[in-house]
Amino acid sequence: MSKTLVMEGVSKTFATGTVALTGVELVVASGDFVSVVGPSGCGKSTLLRLAAGLERATDGRIEVEAESTSYVFQEPTLLEWRSALSNVELVGELRGLPKAERRQRAREAFDLVGLTGFEKQFPRQLSGGMRMRVSIARSLVAEPQLALFDEPFGALDEITRLRMQTELQRLFQLKSFAGLFITHSIPEAVYLSNRVLVMSGRPGRIVADFNVPWAYPRSPELRYEPEFTALTGAVSAALEGDHP
Amino acid sequence: MRKWYIKLLLSAGPMIGALATAIGVWYAVTYLVLGEDRRFMLPPPHEVIKTSLLDPAHLDPMLDALALSVRVAVVGLVIAVVLGIAQAVVMVQTTWLERALYPYAVILQTVPILALVPLLGIWFGYGFSSRVVVCVIISLFPMISNTLFGLQSPTAAAHDLFTLNKATRWQRLVKLQLPAAVPAIFGGLRISAGLSVIGAIVGDTFFRQGLVGIGGLLDIYTARLQTEDLFTAIGLASLFGVAFFSVFATLDRIIVGRWYGAIHR
Repeated sequence: MSKTLVMEGVSKTFATGTVALTGVELVVASGDFVSVVGPSGCGKSTLLRLAAGLERATDGRIEVEAESTSYVFQEPTLLEWRSALSNVELVGELRGLPKAERRQRAREAFDLVGLTGFEKQFPRQLSGGMRMRVSIARSLVAEPQLALFDEPFGALDEITRLRMQTELQRLFQLKSFAGLFITHSIPEAVYLSNRVLVMSGRPGRIVADFNVPWAYPRSPELRYEPEFTALTGAVSAALEGDHP
Repeated sequence: MRKWYIKLLLSAGPMIGALATAIGVWYAVTYLVLGEDRRFMLPPPHEVIKTSLLDPAHLDPMLDALALSVRVAVVGLVIAVVLGIAQAVVMVQTTWLERALYPYAVILQTVPILALVPLLGIWFGYGFSSRVVVCVIISLFPMISNTLFGLQSPTAAAHDLFTLNKATRWQRLVKLQLPAAVPAIFGGLRISAGLSVIGAIVGDTFFRQGLVGIGGLLDIYTARLQTEDLFTAIGLASLFGVAFFSVFATLDRIIVGRWYGAIHR
């Protein structure tokens, strides 16, 4: 398995003096879907921004082995004046793809996330879940080898959230990108990932690394199995253990 | 069939009532408060209509003057819009440019036009050009500040999205900042349109060479105590302001509404 993302001894101190991360060690191999859970303000988002190249590490080494990286934000971050399909096309426009190709890629990604029929709708006319689908479709247009997710389902209602988890799992299998997923929901992390990392409170570092054994595709009912509950319990304990 | 005119009456009724009351008060003041010798200060409405509004010899020069003022306002507004958007686009590029230029935009807004009149006269003459310059100075600031506000409205995440996809500065401006600014720009346009009318009339009164504008006429009528004509001219000038403002308010509603797809609902 080749390594898509490697972080070695990564630290981040902001200009304000806030130490967000210290000595983070992290490997995401191709085919991995890794979730990071941690208390609010522990630097999870900073970790993701470092991986995306949106921030520079103060210390340490970051290596990304991916031609294309995608990023899904906490908010759908759609351009309000563009229709849903046109929002998905944006990435191709910015990356300078020829018109026919970016149309086709946008079309495919759009249909893939189950948005067919909503092409002409504007973001304001869509529900929260649909807006997030547009956002995910937009990230797929880049055909990423490394897909970064910054708590994308945090603002959704529970029912929509569970449905989106199933959808994302399907996409992960279909598109076989390596995923790094930030969340504050332990069941979400366990359900989606083959590895779950636990971060400490600020300054953030990784304090536990859990393997999730079940093969994909995972059924939604897995969430009610005793083994699943046992694992979420263990992750939760590791998270609590950080705050005695 | 009964419904629409009742609706119209209900919506326009209070406005018409207020107008009727105002005219009533007007008559009362003219005939009950003012004596015969002072009645010229507030001639009765029917006198205004008879000797001024319905007499082409009086009305035509006013319409000519109004046409000139409209031209001043339109030219001034167009220049203010172009300059305002351009300056905001320049300012949004870097914070130091904003810090360097914004204070002067504020100063331009607060400087009394009266203080600039002699200088403008020397530079641009006492005719059309100076009137337009006054108009631009008065209506420029809302364009700058509104456009700047709009250009700065995209969220940090939206900027990150553009950064991650390696957008050029030009792409960021054209695909993110300018489209995001459209509602704010139209809001500014509405304010500036109203101000450009004021600017045109103020410019008229200061710079009197060449053809006379509606502002100049107001001065002439005052000097000659032609109060009937003065009232008509004030009415026309106000109508011009309202019309100009309404055009841009309507434009604002239509375009900004469509911008976010509300029209498809």
